Amino acid sequence: MLVNILFYAFALVLLASAIGVIGSKNPVHSALCLVLTFFTAAAIWLLAQAEFLAIVLVLVYVGAVMVLFLFVVMMLDIDIEKIRSGFTRHFWLGIAVAIVLFLEIVGVVVARGLGANVDMKSGMAPVGAADSNATELGTALYTKYVYPFELAAVLLLVAIIAAIVLTMRQRKGLKVQDIGAQVATRREDRLRILQMPAEKKE
Amino acid sequence: MSLNPNLLLWIALLPLVASVIAGLFGRFIGRQPAALVTILGVGASCVLSLVVFKQVVFDHAPVFNDAVYTWLVSDGIRMSIGFLVDPLTVMMMVVVTFVSLCVHVYTIGYMADDPGYQRFFSYISLFTFAMLMLVMSNNFLQLFFGWEGVGLVSYLLIGFWYTRPTAIFANMKAFLVNRVGDFGFLLGIAAIVYFTGSLQYSDAFAAVDRIAAEHITIFGGHAWSALTVICICLFIGAMGKSAQVPLHVWLPDSMEGPTPISALIHAATMVTAGIFMVARMSPLFEGSDTALSFVLVIGATTALFMGFLGIIQNDIKRVVAYSTLSQLGYMTVALGVSAYSAGVFHLMTHAFFKALLFLAAGSVIIAMHHNQDIRYMGGLRKYMPVTWITSLIGSLALIGTPFFSGFYSKDSIILAAEHSHIWGAGYAQFAVLAGVFVTAFYSFRMYFLVFHGKERFRDKPFPAEQDHAADDSHGHDEHGHEAHKGDHGDHGHAHEPHESPAVVWVPLVLLAIPSILIGGIAVASMLGGSYFDGSIFVNLEKHPAMEHVAEHAAHPGTMGWHAFLTLPFWLALAGVVVAWFLYLKRPELPAAIAARLKPLLWVLERKYGFDWFNENVIARASRGLGALLWNVGDKAIIDGAAVNGSALTVGWLAGIVRRVQTGFLYSYAFWMVIGLALLLGWFLVGRH
Amino acid sequence: MITLQQMLWLSGALFAIAVAGIFINRKNIILLLMCIELLLLSANFNFVAFSRYLGNIDGQVFVFFVLTVAAAEAAIGLAILVVLFRERRSINVADISSLKG
Repeated sequence: MLVNILFYAFALVLLASAIGVIGSKNPVHSALCLVLTFFTAAAIWLLAQAEFLAIVLVLVYVGAVMVLFLFVVMMLDIDIEKIRSGFTRHFWLGIAVAIVLFLEIVGVVVARGLGANVDMKSGMAPVGAADSNATELGTALYTKYVYPFELAAVLLLVAIIAAIVLTMRQRKGLKVQDIGAQVATRREDRLRILQMPAEKKE
Repeated sequence: MSLNPNLLLWIALLPLVASVIAGLFGRFIGRQPAALVTILGVGASCVLSLVVFKQVVFDHAPVFNDAVYTWLVSDGIRMSIGFLVDPLTVMMMVVVTFVSLCVHVYTIGYMADDPGYQRFFSYISLFTFAMLMLVMSNNFLQLFFGWEGVGLVSYLLIGFWYTRPTAIFANMKAFLVNRVGDFGFLLGIAAIVYFTGSLQYSDAFAAVDRIAAEHITIFGGHAWSALTVICICLFIGAMGKSAQVPLHVWLPDSMEGPTPISALIHAATMVTAGIFMVARMSPLFEGSDTALSFVLVIGATTALFMGFLGIIQNDIKRVVAYSTLSQLGYMTVALGVSAYSAGVFHLMTHAFFKALLFLAAGSVIIAMHHNQDIRYMGGLRKYMPVTWITSLIGSLALIGTPFFSGFYSKDSIILAAEHSHIWGAGYAQFAVLAGVFVTAFYSFRMYFLVFHGKERFRDKPFPAEQDHAADDSHGHDEHGHEAHKGDHGDHGHAHEPHESPAVVWVPLVLLAIPSILIGGIAVASMLGGSYFDGSIFVNLEKHPAMEHVAEHAAHPGTMGWHAFLTLPFWLALAGVVVAWFLYLKRPELPAAIAARLKPLLWVLERKYGFDWFNENVIARASRGLGALLWNVGDKAIIDGAAVNGSALTVGWLAGIVRRVQTGFLYSYAFWMVIGLALLLGWFLVGRH
Repeated sequence: MITLQQMLWLSGALFAIAVAGIFINRKNIILLLMCIELLLLSANFNFVAFSRYLGNIDGQVFVFFVLTVAAAEAAIGLAILVVLFRERRSINVADISSLKG
């Protein structure tokens, strides 16, 4: 019962903050709302006994990704008024599509039970007192999914490199040392030997 | 003791290797080395063939039927290179390699001054390779490969003197006519694959009862027995390659090629490929009487009517060519009456004596400085003794003189035709008997005109006052002669003809020996005995003709003596006597007879109008059809409507659709979400 | 005890809100990126819910990978955004229409 009360409370906060993300006028507020969304989502996952992912969500998203978002939002000089123009033009269309989609999802997933015999009313699979979510996930990740895991690592590496390559810029006119060019220099580039005829005595 | 597959592979590949060396590197290694290497290749192949022959025939090695290399497997159909070596195959191998070897040696002399010396040797070695692949094959694909391979070399060699328009015309004609036959052949193979799902002979033979029960509906809803259709399609292929009426038209023209080629390809080996193929397919043909009757009628028609044409020819090579056509008709008759072994036996003996006749003709042509008209020869007996004797042997073998090779094979065929009961056998029997007289007549007409009588070679060729009735009919030939003269300069005919060099006459002698002996030696086992058991299948209950032949053939001596009492011998004798009377005794008579029989002559000179029909009806109609399809089908419909039309439609449509692409990210996202909503809605409402 | 149904309702609602966000904030790339994060989160909800419902860890492993990809995507997306802003002094989607030939 307590779990249910908590769930509904968190769900309410989650949805409210999600609406805040899409509805607030200031991108900074949106980002902060998103942080709150992730927090409550992590809490709900904790309630659902997916502890490891809940922690990861907080660490990765709240700790890293959202900070990145905030950085970018604050770094860029965004003309909010211009961007907000035409806000209401698609407002009702957006709401209508959202409602239709929501009803459809509910219709397909919940009311029809995905077309299969999924018992929607029953709870989650029981978890024993000694079972550790982290151990379980780790075992799966490092045995069955070890190659996808390594691929994911490579993907992150590529993302890092890509982000750096995209954002790094060489400013013109800076005095920097190019070691490669220095090493590759040959004598002919630096030294010129001139043959001058000896002057004749008059 | 079983056969060694590597040995078999070498037999086929040695000529190929030699051909590649002579063909690609002939310019670097020079003329004589090129000749030497091909002769060594074919010679080694011949020796190895003889070894295999000994193993199979005398040591009774088991039949070799296996793949040596699998090319690819597609949808369960295995395409492989494999050999089927049984008595039939080894016989063909020995004949092919032996005749080929003789022709190789002969070529040294015949082509001595020709600039295309190495090319020629390369071609004939390549031919030997393709022919060996054809006869040794154990599957239809390889058979077809060999089939096309020999066809290709035949095309190349007919057009060997490619500067002559007539040669190019002739090789194009041979190529096109053979395409017609190959089309049927390919359809036959495709039908076999369709019904059995395999390219192997053994699978096709095993499935013959099942195929016989099937029916194919073609042409207006009439259901045909599948086996009959297959056999007729295969035989159409054989008709093209073995020059049976009406696909025979290419063979006389193929004489544009050098004489050794006429001997090897267009007389001894390649043209018999069709006969060999039908004999090989005997289990299939035995299942269809309709197909056999078809074969029989075509063969009989070829045997008789092509013989008639031989009578009026004046070009020495063309006489032999028409004689080849007629003899191929005989073989086909043998196939039609289910005497496959007799057909194959005649194939073998014919290979020897026809190669001999051609090479002898070539020897005469050398002596005549490449003038091929027999009206300007005569009396050559004195000058060319070896050629004379060997030609006589060849002619006697050809007309079926008792105890010569040709006698045993030809008489067996006549005997088989006599005892056959299938539809068309009566006609065939008449045709082969009449053919005996005709064969004897034209053979000895040529023989007498060339080697006996007045020495006419000092006459100027083609004088205007010479008015043989047949004179003006050969505009085509004469054109060839003129080109020939141009090639060889103005030798004139000042000096006396003399015997050809040893490289020319030694092969003649080598071929003359089997022309005399091989029939008597082999007939008892090949026809009377069990030589072909296991290679050739005959349903003796339905087609008993072969039984009668076997009875006679078992005693070759008796058969020979008995022949003096039978009709064929007297017919042949009559032919010889008539030829002697008309061309030696009373040489003025033929012209008189010709004048009397103008209408008949008119028909013969036009070769029954096959060429006219092909050129004016088939070729013209094809070109008309082609022009129609080009103008309407290609230019208007495909290019106009399909290609440009679809491009225009796409362009027009794109002009409209283009407006959807705003280039704004959010509109793409918008449409994506709308699409998702619609899909989900369909999932929810549309599907229950 | 949380039921499967509750989780699915919640994720559906979150998804709908995110979609509405894409429509409403169609000019602001940063907010579009944030909405995409919300969409992914709602998908993750489903993964977690079914994984726990079935007692099968594979779903959670998948969430892990989705998080990885989402992080990478956010990093690159923001990097592109920075470059874009540097070029055009604007992050208005209406200014980015070079796809239209």
